[in-house]
Amino acid sequence: MADEKCNVVEFKVQGQICQGTLGESLLSALRRHGFEVPSLCFHEAVSSYGACRLCLVEVKKGRRSKLTTSCNYPVQEGLEVQLDTDEVVRHRRIVLQLLLAAAPAAKAVRDLAARYGIEETPFVPRPEEDCIQCGLCIRICEAVGVNALGFAGRGVSKHATTPYEETSAACVGCGACADVCPTGCVKVVDADGFRTIERWHLKVPLTLCKTCGRGFAPEVHLTRMAGQAKLEIAHLANCPKCRGRAFAAEFRLP
Amino acid sequence: MENAELESILASHGHRPSELLATLQDIQGNENWLPRESLAHVAAGLNVPLSRVYGMATFFSSFSLKPRGKHVCTICMGTACHVRGAQRLVEHVEREHGIGPGETTADLRLTLETVNCVGACAMGPLAIIDGEYHGQLSTQTLGRLLKKLKG
Amino acid sequence: METRFHSVADLEAYRRQLQAVRGPDRKIVSVCAGTGCRACGARGLAEVFREEIAKSNLEVELRVTGCQGFCERSPVVVVQPQSIFYQRVKAIDVPEILTETVEKGTAIQRLLYTDSDGRTYEREQDVPFYRHQTRSLLAFNGQIDPDSIDDYIAVGGYAALGKVLQERKPEEIVDLILRSGLRGRGGGGFPAGVKWQSCRKAHAADGIRYILCNGDEGDPGAFMDCALMEGNPHLVLEGMILGAFAIGFPGQPKGYIYVRNEYPLAVERLTRAIEQARRCGLLGKGILGTELDFDILINKGGGAFVCGESTALMASIEGFVGEPRAKHIHTAEQGLFDKPTNLNNVETWANVPLIISRGLEWFTSIGTGDVSKDPWGGSKGTKIFALVGKVNNTGLVEVPMGSTLRHIIWDVGGGPPPGKKFKAVQTGGPSGGCLPESLLDLPVDFDRLTEAGSMMGSGGMIVMDESTCMVDLARYFLHFLADESCGKCVSCREGLAQLCAIVDRICKGEGREGDLELLKDLSTTVQTASLCGLGQTAANPLLSTMRYFEEEYISHIHEHRCSAKVCKTLIRYVIDDSCDGCMACNAQCGTKAIQGGKKARHTIDDSLCTRCGVCMDVCKRNAIHVES
Ligand SMILES: Cc1cc2nc3c(=O)[nH]c(=O)nc-3n(C[C@H](O)[C@H](O)[C@H](O)COP(=O)(O)O)c2cc1C
Ligand code: FES
Ligand code: FES
Repeated sequence: MADEKCNVVEFKVQGQICQGTLGESLLSALRRHGFEVPSLCFHEAVSSYGACRLCLVEVKKGRRSKLTTSCNYPVQEGLEVQLDTDEVVRHRRIVLQLLLAAAPAAKAVRDLAARYGIEETPFVPRPEEDCIQCGLCIRICEAVGVNALGFAGRGVSKHATTPYEETSAACVGCGACADVCPTGCVKVVDADGFRTIERWHLKVPLTLCKTCGRGFAPEVHLTRMAGQAKLEIAHLANCPKCRGRAFAAEFRLP
Repeated sequence: MENAELESILASHGHRPSELLATLQDIQGNENWLPRESLAHVAAGLNVPLSRVYGMATFFSSFSLKPRGKHVCTICMGTACHVRGAQRLVEHVEREHGIGPGETTADLRLTLETVNCVGACAMGPLAIIDGEYHGQLSTQTLGRLLKKLKG
Repeated sequence: METRFHSVADLEAYRRQLQAVRGPDRKIVSVCAGTGCRACGARGLAEVFREEIAKSNLEVELRVTGCQGFCERSPVVVVQPQSIFYQRVKAIDVPEILTETVEKGTAIQRLLYTDSDGRTYEREQDVPFYRHQTRSLLAFNGQIDPDSIDDYIAVGGYAALGKVLQERKPEEIVDLILRSGLRGRGGGGFPAGVKWQSCRKAHAADGIRYILCNGDEGDPGAFMDCALMEGNPHLVLEGMILGAFAIGFPGQPKGYIYVRNEYPLAVERLTRAIEQARRCGLLGKGILGTELDFDILINKGGGAFVCGESTALMASIEGFVGEPRAKHIHTAEQGLFDKPTNLNNVETWANVPLIISRGLEWFTSIGTGDVSKDPWGGSKGTKIFALVGKVNNTGLVEVPMGSTLRHIIWDVGGGPPPGKKFKAVQTGGPSGGCLPESLLDLPVDFDRLTEAGSMMGSGGMIVMDESTCMVDLARYFLHFLADESCGKCVSCREGLAQLCAIVDRICKGEGREGDLELLKDLSTTVQTASLCGLGQTAANPLLSTMRYFEEEYISHIHEHRCSAKVCKTLIRYVIDDSCDGCMACNAQCGTKAIQGGKKARHTIDDSLCTRCGVCMDVCKRNAIHVES
């Protein structure tokens, strides 16, 4: 039964009783209970989008059952969920074959496919491609309030990009996009005093740490952070490591 | 486009981000395409990210991010026109003017565009040349119509 | 003259006044100026009529109308009171029509419609194309100048609204629509009453409920909604106002019409109609002096098929790109701007005033099944189809639900043109399917078409003969959809791209063993794993052609043959003995593939030929053929 006081709902996964909170995505709830569901476009930090179609499950509500992606399906009282039914696996395998053709250069896709015993795709591959257009970079960029990235085009030519496929004036090179990218197609390279994100045509100077002299973050990024936190930029003059040491020294921490 | 003109378009839509599509349509209505500066202006004016404006401008097929020609020939590629040979009209323009769909001649004289149905399906195949509808076209008639274009 | 109506009585008094002047003997020349007729110069024709009438001292009204349906014979003109129907009228015919027909009442033989057996018909209602139809929605198009609210009021417009506001409760109207069995004309066939009920019941914190009209008409090759919006905009508005009352009163219902970008004339006409309705007190605050407040705004699409999908349409109105979202929470509860929202198609809305003014019994007497207990129990009312392609009488056809394909294509449409043989009919556009000759006796309603692997869709109906290649047609729709997909789901974006790639290679004669199975497997995944209706139905054109025309796929793959002689890499142009060496084709050939001098029989060098077909167009002796 549903707990009347808080927003807890109960549902069944392959017969096992599970709990979730109202508004929670089925995928999160499943993972919290230790169930394995593959996904590439889902990240707890941002809203679900439902692009990769790998998180398919079978849900039964009342008498009707259907296949649905679990990342954008809200948990509900009384659901009955089946995970790897024959049908789910059959479609997931074809989706993996499609992904393997869409981004053969993405190791994450190859690894996941291998787990389903797929080494080759019957479809026409796009050699070299490593992006699956999952949109995580766009969603995180929006979540951090920068909004430098977006989708352009539609249909087969839809792709994540900066406006006009050029350096974006909004991008501060924070690198959050690279952190969430499931295929590693967004690469951040710090070298020779510059941060480069080739995919977004970005090259910005790094601020050098006042203490150790290592380039640690783009100047524009620090300026933006300082502005948001209403801090003097001087407070951000040390790299995180040296800042930690300085702090420890001041308070005589070991 | 003058900034004042742009401003008045933005104002006519109350600077509302929900009217982004209509705002861009009005700009294209004036300019015949969407110049880069105007997209930046819209982003600033509506206080929405340029990435969203660019996404919108590239999602909808009615927008052009390149200048269009003095004359625009739009060939219908809807199903009814397709089964009556619309593809051959497109090939005719490709052959005679060296431009494919979405392209403009180097002298900016003619742009070829395609569209999926304009609601005159019984008259297919059909082309719209500078706003005038021409139904039941053969490649020869189309050729004549395009030759007659002035300037 | 427009007046503001402060009450239902005002409106009715005005109607009586209009009708008194407009007796049945009034002389009217109605010139069709729908988009189809415009493509044949109807606009110019209407101008000539205007000038000539001004020059004469005839007492005759010129009425420039929206699409009257018989586009094949455009421009069409009807002369009242006799209802004399003229077709393919030219500017030079105008003076004669005025002196002979308007003045003397005699018909001009050469302008009348003659059928393929040589029979001539004088009156509009006798022409087989019209006689075999049941025109309840389209009937008004010929009687109304879409820019005149008076014309609409004179034929009984806004009477349903008046009646409802005076005598009925909102719940009663919802119930009436529910019991009428009216099902959505936008493709899905969802019972309108069920939808209205959930939206009315949904919690609306601030009383705002959105009443939307889907005028996106994305099916490329269909123009029913176009004809209604252009030809009778007030009918659509009246339906929406009735819906606003039924669904959103008391409260704050707000309306939007989302119109396809490619229909500039529809936008123009609707805009003017809305302005008139506002001035007359039929839209805005206190409609007809009652407590009902409701206004309608127009949104123009940007040229994207997917924006016809309900959630994408709403995203687009909110100022975002048209990406559909999951509908785990119904739009009836949280739709546009997260408020309860009811979306119906143009034709669905247009049916509403008629159901109210003519009554439940009238409506349920037309169509199939029994809806008295269950609105899903049948398909009621009429349906408008856009009958196009290889058929004699192309145009808009309105018939009772459940009419057979044969009735529509032969009785109304006059069958394929002389010398052509029917091969298939495509219904439902990109989400629909192709049906073969053996299914011609299928009654056309929502459920039967779906069973046969096609769909009612919004009502596109494209007739094809042997010159259409079914594999090429599937290829056409797949490319259309791959292009029009919003591109979010991997299954839809990549799935359609791969379906295109496979069908492309089949059309090039490079099909492989196992391709048909691969197509079937991939199709099922595209249908099952995609988020919205676009992906879920995208494989229909492919699967239905594979189901009914499998042999064509097989001959493409195994024999490298295209029996319809369409697929370019599988065909050759050849010149036969009847060539007299006139050099017409040589001159036109862009790649100099044709050899042979004056008076010498020409030949085509296949390696240079691009199969553009220009030579065939210019050959006067029909000496050039296509082989496969
Ligand atoms: C890809 C796609 C395109 C659609 N296009 C249209 C359209 O152009 N016009 C329309 O009325 N409905 C269209 N629909 C159906 C709408 O989503 C919706 O069901 C309909 O407008 C509801 O109105 P109805 O119940 O009166 O038919 C489309 C659906 C999908 C999935
Ligand atoms: S995680 Fe659900 S679709 Fe990608
Ligand atoms: S298909 Fe060309 S106008 Fe409709």
